[in-house]
Amino acid sequence: MSAAGYDAIVIGGGLHGLSVALHLARRRKRVIVLERRYAGRHSSGINAGGVRRLGRDIREIALSVIAMEMWHSIESLVGDDCGFVAGGQVKVAESDADMAKLARREAEVRALGYDHEELVDQAELRRIVPAIAEHCVGALVSRTDGAADPYRTTTAFRRAAVAAGAEIREDDGVTGLERANDLWQVTCASGTIEAPAVVNCAGAWATRIAAMVGETIPCGVKASMMIVTERMPTFVEPTVGATSRSLSFKQTAAGTVVIGGGHQGRCDVAAERSVVDFGNLAHAARIATELFPVMRGVRIVRTWCGIEARTADEIPFIGPSAVAPGLFHSFGYSGHGFQLAPAAGAALAGLIATGSTNLPIAPFGVTRTSAAAVR
Amino acid sequence: MFARPHSDTPHLTITVDGQPVGAREGDSVAAALLAAGVVAMRSTPVSQSKRGPYCMMGVCFDCLMIIDGVPSRQACMVSVRDGMRIERQRGPRPLEVDTEDSP
Amino acid sequence: MSAERIATDVPARADIVVIGGGPAGLAAATEAARRGAAVVLLDEQPALGGQVYRAVEANRARGKTLDADYAEGGRLVDAFRASGALAIHEASVWLVEPDGTVGFSRAGAATLMKAERVIVATGAVERAMPIPGWTLPGVMTVGAAQILLKTAGLVPQGRVWIAGSGPLLRLYAVQALAAGGQLAGIIDTTPPGNRRAALRHMGGAMGALGELRKGLAWTQAIRQAGVPWITGAHDLRAEADDDGALGTISFTADGARRSEPADTLLLHNGVVPNVQITRALDIEHDWNQTQRAFRPRCDAWGSTSVPAVMIAGDGAGIVGAAASAIAGRLAALESLRALGRLDQAARDDAAAPLRRALARALAIRPFLDALFAPSPEYLVPAGETIVCRCEEVTASALRQAVSLGCLGPNQLKSFTRCGMGPCQGRICGLTVAEVIASARGASVADVGYYRLRFPIKPLTLGELAAVHAPADPTAPR
Repeated sequence: MSAAGYDAIVIGGGLHGLSVALHLARRRKRVIVLERRYAGRHSSGINAGGVRRLGRDIREIALSVIAMEMWHSIESLVGDDCGFVAGGQVKVAESDADMAKLARREAEVRALGYDHEELVDQAELRRIVPAIAEHCVGALVSRTDGAADPYRTTTAFRRAAVAAGAEIREDDGVTGLERANDLWQVTCASGTIEAPAVVNCAGAWATRIAAMVGETIPCGVKASMMIVTERMPTFVEPTVGATSRSLSFKQTAAGTVVIGGGHQGRCDVAAERSVVDFGNLAHAARIATELFPVMRGVRIVRTWCGIEARTADEIPFIGPSAVAPGLFHSFGYSGHGFQLAPAAGAALAGLIATGSTNLPIAPFGVTRTSAAAVR
Repeated sequence: MFARPHSDTPHLTITVDGQPVGAREGDSVAAALLAAGVVAMRSTPVSQSKRGPYCMMGVCFDCLMIIDGVPSRQACMVSVRDGMRIERQRGPRPLEVDTEDSP
Repeated sequence: MSAERIATDVPARADIVVIGGGPAGLAAATEAARRGAAVVLLDEQPALGGQVYRAVEANRARGKTLDADYAEGGRLVDAFRASGALAIHEASVWLVEPDGTVGFSRAGAATLMKAERVIVATGAVERAMPIPGWTLPGVMTVGAAQILLKTAGLVPQGRVWIAGSGPLLRLYAVQALAAGGQLAGIIDTTPPGNRRAALRHMGGAMGALGELRKGLAWTQAIRQAGVPWITGAHDLRAEADDDGALGTISFTADGARRSEPADTLLLHNGVVPNVQITRALDIEHDWNQTQRAFRPRCDAWGSTSVPAVMIAGDGAGIVGAAASAIAGRLAALESLRALGRLDQAARDDAAAPLRRALARALAIRPFLDALFAPSPEYLVPAGETIVCRCEEVTASALRQAVSLGCLGPNQLKSFTRCGMGPCQGRICGLTVAEVIASARGASVADVGYYRLRFPIKPLTLGELAAVHAPADPTAPR
């Protein structure tokens, strides 16, 4: 018996879970989000906040383009601007070889019918990013990409979901999942609740949820580190990355610079703990200071590290379970799921509410990778 | 205010925003400035309100100054040297630095 | 070796690295080095002694001993210098890895050193005393003023007020007056009920009669100097002059509001363990309700859940300078045992007299803890009082975040930026926990503390970039 009468149960109170809940609630579905700790505890609340189409896996571009349209009117979706600023995204070429690589990429994306990626020369790069190192020869840019404030975004989605009628229960972890009489029975710390649909948005812990119904989904984890500096006057507008090296470099509204790029810390998934790896962090600092020499004397105020799921081919799983009817997955965003959240949530809500979606999630099926491919 | 009734340590001269200020060997920059009656040493990046040393032991980061061209140094943790150039740090630290990091 | 080696070339390895050159660190390093270990002591200050014995050698050379307790610091430093341990000054430690790797910066350059054992002896910090206006230039801590006295011979002059509670407040007043300083008055915020609570511990404290007499003598000296002493004061505020620096203080005493001109206000609200390293190492911390502070969990030797890391002194819970020195020696003995330099029986033999001395040194602690238990008014600030000095986050902003569902200090960072500035939560950490606990009606133990991560000092990107990185750093693990 479904006492509370839910239509769907979302497992995981990260940005993706909250987005699914928001879109389901807007479709007048009765939805509850179960969050083991608190909403935005892991990589949703702490990430670089990149809102980026630039450089995405070809299979992700269609969904990313739709998500970007949603970001440009994010306030109408969630009632808050989420700190989103369309300052652009820039991928810098440090050599002629880099430049050739970026030129091929631009051509490939244009051939698919997208024109958001644009190759620029050294003079234009300097105009957009005056502090860039002299050796940089050009860049691929996406001028209307940008960045948002991750925790503010997560909070805005949460509030909007609640305002639309979704229920969010924190400090309530899922321990069991069983199907009986076309209903899912979800056992959590506070008891058992039922609904015909369950959405697995449990991030680095999502494979454990899948395993509860006997579904094995090969997926690893990652713990990307970030460095945050002291506040400085505004000197860089876009988010800057590199072509042959891992970097994400962004100045926030507060004036701090957030430096990331997928440099890995060490994590203990079971203990939900991650620690900074100083060798890797030093490498991140070296790349940042080589691309922005002006940063050498700037002080590090904080570092952090967020745990999330990483698939073998670095694109997410979004769609129905391969083995269990009424179970849907949305995880494995591999360090770049923030931007996709508005669209992925809409796609899943459509799938659950109507059985189908027009949104381009076909590339993200859960059976596409094999266990052997997982890194 | 603070005063220094007796001192047998050598006299040095430092500058604060270009103005010469006397100091004694062994002083931290913050102590030398307080002895000279300079209490406000920076303004905050958040509200531009004035701040001075609070803890004098490297904990509070409220005495951040530009010392010999290097921003965000804790004035309570740096010993004075004759001729040292001290500047108040106003708001967020400046991006450009003119010594040490640019050999 | 009779003289301290000058640290020009820093060794890459050591048997034991001691962090902190106060009584616990000096004694730990001395004990270990005397017994043959290669010991490196890293200290952030330009001279040995920690805060309690700050600049002790320089003052001794000038014939300024302050008092007998301070002179004890000179003996600790002498013993250290005779021990063969190496001291590296002006070294800011920003990393301690569970394997004993210690990262520190010195003169703008970062270095990694590998130790078999690390003894964390980073002592205490003053508990924040958030009152309206406490961020104004001219408002400092009593500890800060004492450092000015010890390091630069500066004494208070003009309209200098002292406010708060705790032994240091009295000690500083006595030292400052003896050095020729002037004080406008002392505003004692010790809750009147503390005295009664402390009397219950009088029996235990009788073992430390000397300490009790010392406290009484301090009080008497201050009264004899004619310094106004205002007790039972409430609602203390600091107000700005036209220049944005301290101009006036006001408070309520004997039912009346008083306003006094002031150019310096020295605050003191007791001391608490400095937990930056132990928190960043993810060592479990326990709430001590009596001392109203978290302390890292460790055994009677100072061993923690991280086998290579030990804690000694006030950093493991406030015990004072004498007990800290003994704790340092105990940690050294256990480190030597763990390194195979000392068998267990020898360790225990050496420790037995130290444990007896430790018990004596701790006899007065329950009495002091009860007598100077902080006033709730200054643990949980009201209204628009700034809690996080760096990011300028007020108590009311914290309460608002709690009303929006924020449960703990880490969420609070995202809600308000509280604790995200350069001091890395050092000043506001406990106040934040107290404010959340009070707003939620929860215990501080349940609310918890900031999750801290290394680096615990703001080294530059350039310094970090120069630290050796592995060959394939972006590879997943």
